[in-house]
Amino acid sequence: MYVNATLVAQLVVFFILAWFTMKFVWPPIVKALDERATKIAEGLAAAERGKQSLELASKRSAETVREGKEKVVELLVQAEKQSQQIIEEAKAQARIEADKVIAGAKAEIEQEAARAREALRERVADLAIAGAEKILRREVDAKAHADLLAQIKQDL
Amino acid sequence: MATTGHEAAAHVPSAGDYIVHHLGHLNTTGHPQASVVDFSVINLDTLFFSVAMGVIGLLLMWVVARRVTSGVPGRAQAAVEILLEMVAGQARSIIHSEESRKFVAPLALTVFVWVFLMNSMDFLPVDLLPMLWQGATGNEHAYLRVVPTADLNGTLGMSIGVLLLCFWYNIKIKGMGGWVHELFTAPFGNHPALYLPNFLMQMIEFLAKTVSHGMRLFGNMYAGELLFMLIALMGMGFSSMSGVGGSLMWAGHVVAGTFWALFHILIVVLQAFIFMMLTLVYIGQAHEGH
Repeated sequence: MYVNATLVAQLVVFFILAWFTMKFVWPPIVKALDERATKIAEGLAAAERGKQSLELASKRSAETVREGKEKVVELLVQAEKQSQQIIEEAKAQARIEADKVIAGAKAEIEQEAARAREALRERVADLAIAGAEKILRREVDAKAHADLLAQIKQDL
Repeated sequence: MATTGHEAAAHVPSAGDYIVHHLGHLNTTGHPQASVVDFSVINLDTLFFSVAMGVIGLLLMWVVARRVTSGVPGRAQAAVEILLEMVAGQARSIIHSEESRKFVAPLALTVFVWVFLMNSMDFLPVDLLPMLWQGATGNEHAYLRVVPTADLNGTLGMSIGVLLLCFWYNIKIKGMGGWVHELFTAPFGNHPALYLPNFLMQMIEFLAKTVSHGMRLFGNMYAGELLFMLIALMGMGFSSMSGVGGSLMWAGHVVAGTFWALFHILIVVLQAFIFMMLTLVYIGQAHEGH
């Protein structure tokens, strides 16, 4: 327990060491610690943002899928309708076509019948004239009685 | 432990001689100081080892601070960061002035590391460095004490440093007038009759703080060192005694030495921490008005 000038020397050393720490040791380490804290905070915030945007994106993609499904259903319905319509149209067309064909056939039959009837009538007229000739035993003057003959033909 | 068999045969030092010799400082006079207070003497050993410990401690931290990264820290950096965070946390909770902390927190870190390393000199075998020194100088009576904190000059030097800082912050925070006013009006109250008791009380307070601050560390380390010497004496008894007594002495040295060294690890860290905490508390008190 002897006191001497070492005390003063120690006092000086004490302040020099403290000054050195304050100047060269403390600030860079504290700066690095603060920077790391900032980095971590930023990282956490970024992660949070990422999570949010992921949530948003998944919501949006679900929305898109839902919309796509709706559109597909709509398209299917529309296609169904359209095909139905096409079928209906085709049916109508076919009916018209068939009617047309039937009408043509009918007209042709009518014509044929008319022709046959005409031929028949002519034949009957000839037969009638021949009969009449036979009855009258004489030649009917075809030229003299042309009007009469035509009228008979018409009446048959 | 202290002496070789040959030396013991030549001249067996008494236990008292051994201890007295070990308590002598390597100083500028070459022989132990005669008067209790003598400011013409400097203890070279205390000065050398305290500066060496300070330089080693700060150099280690400085190397880390030079290569510090805010990315993933290495192990050395992590260790220094833990230490620094601990000190910074204590400083934050005790000293509320951000401006003062810029100096006081690094100061507290310095004090902790420095005192810890100086105390740690106690872990070296008590005779190792003195014997090496005696061998190096060729003087087998050369004095050397290796624990700077077991020298009252070392610890009082630091505690007086803290006292000066307390004065500085008292003036800085309260102004010269404010501080003088406080010296005469606190703690008993503002009344002319109380001016003198107040002032005396304040002086006693400063004196008690500073002396107890330095004495606490000194006392712990001095007692620790003394105990290591007493344990070493048991080993010395082994070399001078024969038979069962000598063997028991040897066993006692090993057992007591082991336990005291282990326990001393606690004291070394604890006293360094206490010294740092008191430094912060005293400087913190300088910031508070009565």
